[in-house]
Amino acid sequence: MSFLNKELVNLHGTAKNADEAIVQAGELLVNAGYVSEQYVEKMVESYHENGAYFVIAPQIAIPHARPTDGVENSAVSLVVLKDGVNFGHAANDPVRLVFGLAATSSEAHLKVIQKIVSLLSNSENIEKMIHSEDYQVIGELVEG
Amino acid sequence: MKILAVCGLGQGTSLILRMNVETVLRDMGVDADVEHIDVSAARSMNVDIIVTSQELAETLGTDTGAKVVIVNNYFDNAEIKNALSAAINS
Repeated sequence: MSFLNKELVNLHGTAKNADEAIVQAGELLVNAGYVSEQYVEKMVESYHENGAYFVIAPQIAIPHARPTDGVENSAVSLVVLKDGVNFGHAANDPVRLVFGLAATSSEAHLKVIQKIVSLLSNSENIEKMIHSEDYQVIGELVEG
Repeated sequence: MKILAVCGLGQGTSLILRMNVETVLRDMGVDADVEHIDVSAARSMNVDIIVTSQELAETLGTDTGAKVVIVNNYFDNAEIKNALSAAINS
C-alpha cells in the first residue's frame, strides 16, 4: 500500500468545485498507476449519486469508489486546497484536505482506513497538513 | 443491541465511523454488535441504532425503524459519544 507518498500529494490544488477536487485527487492515483481513469469517473459518480457524505470532518473529504471499479494497488492521495471548496455539506464545508482513497478489497480498505484515522484523529496534524508548503511536513506526519 | 454505521458505498467512510463508534462504546461500557454497510442495504435491516451523516440520514428518512444518530465529525469521539448516549438512553 502507498500512503501519501511524495508522488501522491499535491499541496497546491487549484480546484474550483467539488468535481474538480475529486478529479485532482483521483488523477494523482491514476498518474502513479494505482487506479484506472474509470475509477476516477466512479468517484465523481458516487458523489453525484450519494452526495457529500464522505466529507467526514470539518475541512476533510475522503472521496472513493469500490475496489471493483478499477483499483490496481491500494493507495491514498492528497490534494490540499488552501482556499477551500464547498462540497455541499451542511456542517463541514469548506473542504481543504481531499484524500483520494483506493483499496483493492474490503480488507485493504480496513488497513488504509486505519492509517487515515490514526493520522487525522490528531487535530494538530490536520492544521499542519492544510498549512504545509513543503512535502517534508507530510512525510514526517506519515512516518509518525 | 445492534448498531449500523452507514455510508454511501458501505466501504470507506462507514468503516471509519464504525471504528470510532466501537471505541466510544467500549469507553461507555456498552456491549453492542456494530457493522458497517451502505445506505440502501441499511434500509431493510432490523437494527436498534443507525449512525450516519446528516445527508444520508435524510435519505434514510422514515424507511427504517431504527433510531438514527447523526455525526458530523467522524474524528470527534466526544460528539459521537453524546449522540450515541442520547439514542441509547432515550
